[in-house]
Amino acid sequence: MALASPPIGNGMGRGVRDWFAGLSDRYIYGGGAIIFLMLAWIGASLWGSNLEFPERFTFGKALAVRVDDLIFWITVNLAFILDPISDGILRFLVELEDFFQWVPWPVTIIAATAIAFKVAGRRMGIFALVSLLLLGGFGLWESAMETMALIAVAVLISIGLALPIGILAARSDLVDALIRPILDAMQTMPAFVYLVPAIMFLGIGNPAAVLATVIYAVPPAIRLTNLGIRQVSPGTVEAARAFGTTSRQLLVKVQIPMAIPTIMAGINQTTMMALAMVVIASLVGAGGLGDDVNRALSQFQPGNALNGGIGIVILAIIIDRVTQAAAKERQEALMGSRN
Amino acid sequence: MAVSNNGTADGTQPKVSVRGLWKIFGSGVPTELTDEVQQSSKAELREDSGWVIGLRDVNFDVQPGETFVVMGLSGSGKSTLVRTLLRLIEPTYGSIEVDGEDILQYSEEELIEYRRTKTAMVFQHFGLLPHRTVEENAAWGLEIRGIDRGERMERAHEVLDLVGLTGWERYRPNTLSGGMQQRVGLARALAADPDVMLMDEPFSGLDPLIRRDMQNELLRLQQQMHKTIIFITHDLSEALKLGDHIVIMRDGAVIQMGTGEEILAHPADDYVSEFVRDVRKSSVVTLRTLLEPVQVKLRMDMSPKEAMEALGEMGEVAGFVANGRETYAGAVSFASLAEANQTGCTDCSGALLDDVAPLSEDMSVSAALPLVRHMSGAQPVIDADGRLAGQVSPRSVIEMMEQESLAEAEEPSTLSVGADAN
Repeated sequence: MALASPPIGNGMGRGVRDWFAGLSDRYIYGGGAIIFLMLAWIGASLWGSNLEFPERFTFGKALAVRVDDLIFWITVNLAFILDPISDGILRFLVELEDFFQWVPWPVTIIAATAIAFKVAGRRMGIFALVSLLLLGGFGLWESAMETMALIAVAVLISIGLALPIGILAARSDLVDALIRPILDAMQTMPAFVYLVPAIMFLGIGNPAAVLATVIYAVPPAIRLTNLGIRQVSPGTVEAARAFGTTSRQLLVKVQIPMAIPTIMAGINQTTMMALAMVVIASLVGAGGLGDDVNRALSQFQPGNALNGGIGIVILAIIIDRVTQAAAKERQEALMGSRN
Repeated sequence: MAVSNNGTADGTQPKVSVRGLWKIFGSGVPTELTDEVQQSSKAELREDSGWVIGLRDVNFDVQPGETFVVMGLSGSGKSTLVRTLLRLIEPTYGSIEVDGEDILQYSEEELIEYRRTKTAMVFQHFGLLPHRTVEENAAWGLEIRGIDRGERMERAHEVLDLVGLTGWERYRPNTLSGGMQQRVGLARALAADPDVMLMDEPFSGLDPLIRRDMQNELLRLQQQMHKTIIFITHDLSEALKLGDHIVIMRDGAVIQMGTGEEILAHPADDYVSEFVRDVRKSSVVTLRTLLEPVQVKLRMDMSPKEAMEALGEMGEVAGFVANGRETYAGAVSFASLAEANQTGCTDCSGALLDDVAPLSEDMSVSAALPLVRHMSGAQPVIDADGRLAGQVSPRSVIEMMEQESLAEAEEPSTLSVGADAN
C-alpha cells in the first residue's frame, strides 16, 4: 500500500518501472482519471466543445445501403430457398394449430392438468386446472391455442438448430469462439431490427413471426447444450475412452445423456423467451394472444390488453413449472435412486 | 539404476515393455529428444522454457501374470505413466510395447481396438456412468464393442457375482458406497476380459478397512485369473502386499525397481529409505533372508548308524533328512536314530520325528514367529518345490521382531505411508 521509496542504482528505466510497480492500483487509476480530464480540457479549448466526428470518416450510411441491397438481393434471388421454408413453416404451424383447435377444450384441460399433476406435483396440477379454466373464462381459448401452436413450432425449430450447433460448439473450441459473439448479438439486438428482413424473406404472417421468435429464443438452448456437454466430468469421459469408445459413442452414450438436464434447462429458457416474443411477433402478422394484446393497445383498451397479458402469463407459468420439474426429475434420475 | 529384466533371460517375452519413455508438458517441445533436455533438471526446464516434465526416461518390463506396482507420491508421474500406457496421455518420446507391438505406432482404429480388447482400467474416482445401472456399467466395455445385450448382461452378471455384487445389478452407482462402486469399476474391467489390467490408485479413496478388504479381494481374484496387473499406488504397504515387482517413482523418473523385499533390504536412496522406515518389515521380509545353510544334511538311504556318525562329526544332536533329489523328508534326532538302530531299521525312515514341520521360505518373518518361538533348535525351511532350502534359527526370527518393536517404541508413528491418504 505504501509508496515505494525511489530505488537506488540499476539504471533509470528499471528505476521508473519499479517505482510504478510500487504504486497501488488506486493511485494509478486515480492519476489516470486526472490526466484524462486535463487532456479533455486542453482538447476542448483547442477544438471547441461538441466536436463532431468528421463526415468524411463516417461509413455507416454507405454500409446501410449495401446491407439494404444485400437483403433485396437475397429476397429476389434466393426466393427458391426462402419460399419452401416459408411454406414449410406455415404448413407445420397450420396443422398443429388445427389440431389444438380440434381437440375439445375439456380434453385439453384434463390432459394438461394430468401432465402437470404427474410431472410437477399436486399443487401445479390444481394450478393448471384453475388457470386454464380461467383462460377460457377470459374468452382467450382460441387465441391461446394459436399462441401455443406458434410457440411449439418455434421451440421445435430452435431445438432442431440448437442441438447440432451446441454439440459442434462443445466439441470444437473454434466453433465455440465463433458462435459466442453471434449468440450475444442475437440476444441483445432489438427484435425490431430483424423483423423487417424477416418479413422481406418470408412475407408478412406467421412464418416471419416464427423466424423472429427463433432468432430471439434459440441462444440459450445452444449455450446450455454446449455447456451441458462440456461439463460432463472429465473422469467419466476418460473412463469411457479408456474402454475404447469412439468419439461418436462417447457423444451418444455418455455426453448427451449426462447433459440432458442442462439441455432441458436450455429448452425451458428458450420456451420462456419465445413466449416473451409473442406480442412483438404479432407486429409481423402472428395471431393469438400477442395479437389480442396488440390490437387492444392500438384501440386504447387497456382492460383487454391486460386479459391477453394474463393469458400469456398463465401459459408461461404452466410451461415453465412443468418443464423445470421434468428437468429436475431427469437430474435426480442421473444422480441416484433406484432405477 | 538396474532394469530388472527378470524372465527375459529364459526367453519369455514381457507383456509390457516400456523404453526411454518421456512426457514433457508444454508447447513447442522438440519432436526429438535433445541432449539439452536430457541434461536439464526439472526446475531448469520449467524456468527456461515453461515445460513441465511428467515422465523422465522411464524403462521397465512387466511379465505376463504378475502384479507390477508403480509407487510414488502425488506429482511423481505415476498417474501420467499409467495413462500413457493407454495413450489417454500421449508420451513425448520413447516406446511402449505390448505383446511386442509398439502401441505408439497404432492408428486411431488400432488404438480403439487395443483399448477394447487388450486392456481395461480401474480408476481412483471410479469413473462410472451415473445414468446407467450397475449391470450396464459392468457391461460397458462389451456394449461399445457391439456385443448384443443378452450376451453382455450375462457376462456382466458373472463378473458382478465374482466381485460380490449380486442383487445390486439394477441400482444406480451413486446409491452404492465407495467400496461397492469400486467393485463395479473392477467388474467393468474384468468383464472386458483384458490381458492387462491398469489400476490407478483404485483403493486410495476408500476407508482403511474397506481398502484392506478390496486388496484381499484383488489377491483372491488374481489367484484365479493370473492377469497382468499394473497397479498404481502411493501406499508402500499396499505396494508390498500386492506387488510381485515394484518401481518407485519421483519427479517423473524411476528411482528404484525390484521386489518388495529387495527394496526393503536395500533402499536405493534417502527418499526410498523414508518410505521404508515406517513399514513393518517383518510382515514383508521372508525367511529366505534369515536362511542359514543346513548343518547336517542326511540322506534317506543312510542307515541310522551312519546318520549318528554324521551328527557326531558336526557335534549336533539333530539333523534334516532329504530324499534323493534334495526333497525334504523330515528331521531326526540323535535319540530317535539310536532307537531306530535298536529296532533294527536299515534306513532313516523309522527315525523321523513327527513333531517337526518344515517352514516355507516364502513365509514372512512375522508369520513364522508363533511357529518357532518355543523351539530350541534350528528349523527346516523348504522352497516352493519342497526341496530343503536351508534352516532358520528361532533366535534370528525373535531378534528381528525385537528390533522392530524397539524401533517402533522410539518412533511412535506406526502409520504406514499411505494411511494418511484422503
